Amino acid sequence: MSSINKAATNILAEITSNRRAGAYHHIALSVGEMAAHVRPGNFVAISVGGEASSMVLRRAFAIYRSVDLGNGQGQIELVVAPHGAGSSWVCSQLVGAKLNVIGPLGTAFGIPTEPVRALLVGGGYGSAPLFGLSEVLKSRGCRVDMVLGASTAMKIYAPLEGKRSVNALTITTEDGSTGTQGRVSDVIPDIIDANNIDIIYSCGPMGMLQAITDIARDKGVVHQCAVEEAMACGIGVCMTCVLPVRGEDGVIRMLRSCIDGPVMDGESVIWESKRTIPEGTWGS
Amino acid sequence: MSTFDFETNLGAARFNNPIFTASGCAGSGKELSRFFPLANLGAVVTKSIMLKARSGRATPRMAETPSGMLNSIGLQGPGIDIFLENDIPWLVNEGATIVVSIAGESVEDYAILARRLRAVSGISALEVNISCPNVENRGQVFACDPVTARAAVEAVRRNIGGELPIIAKLSPDVTDIANIAEEVVAAGADGLALINTVLGMVIDTNTMRPKLAGKTGGLSGPAIRPVAVRAIYQVHARLSHVSILGMGGVTNGRDALELVLAGASAVSVGTATFGNPFAAMTVRTELEELLIAKGFSSMKEAVGYAHRTEV
Repeated sequence: MSSINKAATNILAEITSNRRAGAYHHIALSVGEMAAHVRPGNFVAISVGGEASSMVLRRAFAIYRSVDLGNGQGQIELVVAPHGAGSSWVCSQLVGAKLNVIGPLGTAFGIPTEPVRALLVGGGYGSAPLFGLSEVLKSRGCRVDMVLGASTAMKIYAPLEGKRSVNALTITTEDGSTGTQGRVSDVIPDIIDANNIDIIYSCGPMGMLQAITDIARDKGVVHQCAVEEAMACGIGVCMTCVLPVRGEDGVIRMLRSCIDGPVMDGESVIWESKRTIPEGTWGS
Repeated sequence: MSTFDFETNLGAARFNNPIFTASGCAGSGKELSRFFPLANLGAVVTKSIMLKARSGRATPRMAETPSGMLNSIGLQGPGIDIFLENDIPWLVNEGATIVVSIAGESVEDYAILARRLRAVSGISALEVNISCPNVENRGQVFACDPVTARAAVEAVRRNIGGELPIIAKLSPDVTDIANIAEEVVAAGADGLALINTVLGMVIDTNTMRPKLAGKTGGLSGPAIRPVAVRAIYQVHARLSHVSILGMGGVTNGRDALELVLAGASAVSVGTATFGNPFAAMTVRTELEELLIAKGFSSMKEAVGYAHRTEV
């Protein structure tokens, strides 16, 4: 079992920008030294609702980008969907407000040492951490294809600077309001074949990650995904964000997505286990 | 400030200060040690350890509720062997004061666990969790029945030997908690941990099914604090000579003081740690300041102060 991200700190971070981006909010935070320690795939856990709030738990947000400005200064950027009361509160905060942030947390996407052909797949705001990953991959000489999918055009997050960081971008929407009508899993197999993809990186809803795992297995391609499980703490103490993962020793264990994830090997996750403990899990 | 005596006792065990973690709310301790030295706590109360490795319940295991949360972790853990091999030596090395929490599925489990822990050095007290609401045979929560509560604590008492104080953790989901408290004290408990979570349920109105995979869960957080204060007050009124480790929604020093005034000799911080990893340290500082501001010269002087009869 691994341990909490060694760079994690708890800070008050000032909001330096907060603007709408389609169905989401793009929020930039001044985080000082934290920015230098962020790797693509990491997340932050933010207190919501203010001092007297009845919301006692932090909310976890994937980091879209981090900018290390040097001299202990830096910022991180988040893409937040105002889903529930907590994320809506974050989106409603004005520039100058301070957020209580713990980060960076969790594992990061593994970066290959050789230049490879990578396919990045994002569902909805799950695209956010992929753009920073794309920049890193490109700087290592990798070819980067990207597929973004959502139910509708408003829920595709693909900023201009992000689009520039990839070699080719394909968009799918279920309602056909932009790009190809359908799901990301409809277009991925052809892209893998056409571009001789070596590795897939993905982030999005669990159903999508499961579908990509099936395709990756079929095509013999490595698949790293950032999972999304509900968390209460984000720092590894509450044991709520677990999911069944098969280890290298073949044993299935309930691992914490905040500590052993969010980035995991798609093939090792037991996706079929919805609302059950898979048979043979250690300690079941 | 230096003259204030913050020490406290649970049974024969002495602690430098009265602020502990709550069982199951501090992981193995390693995660929190990223934020503050564990030696600064009165004690680390470990997750409730069982005989064998346990996967816990399926997800979703958590639902946030107004000023609280439901959890149904189901005592996920590595089992006593790995726990003794890894967790305890690590905590000892950190200089932490340790209260080991144990949970069993049968009276015999409690007996075996007590025997396994009897010769382990570095432990200050044993919390006997007889009230976890998240085991599958919910109908057999030991602490909901005076007979089974008594049997589990007796099994530990018979097998633990020596001086290690036993603290029995009770459920608030009973008609008369003071009655259960009397039973476990008669069975050999030196102290009482009050309260475990309150059994609850959330139904997802989109799927129109219980939100948690385990259907029911334990409610914790500020929402249950008045229940904790009431339980501590009632038990202290009946058994003023028995030490109480209080817990239930403590987020700051004021909350901790409330439990102390009701009768708690020490206070565990649980759910608050999920929102603020420094919560226990904040509570410790604020409680000491508050006790001094109220004119107490020691922590012990404040325990049960709300019961005084003078006007």
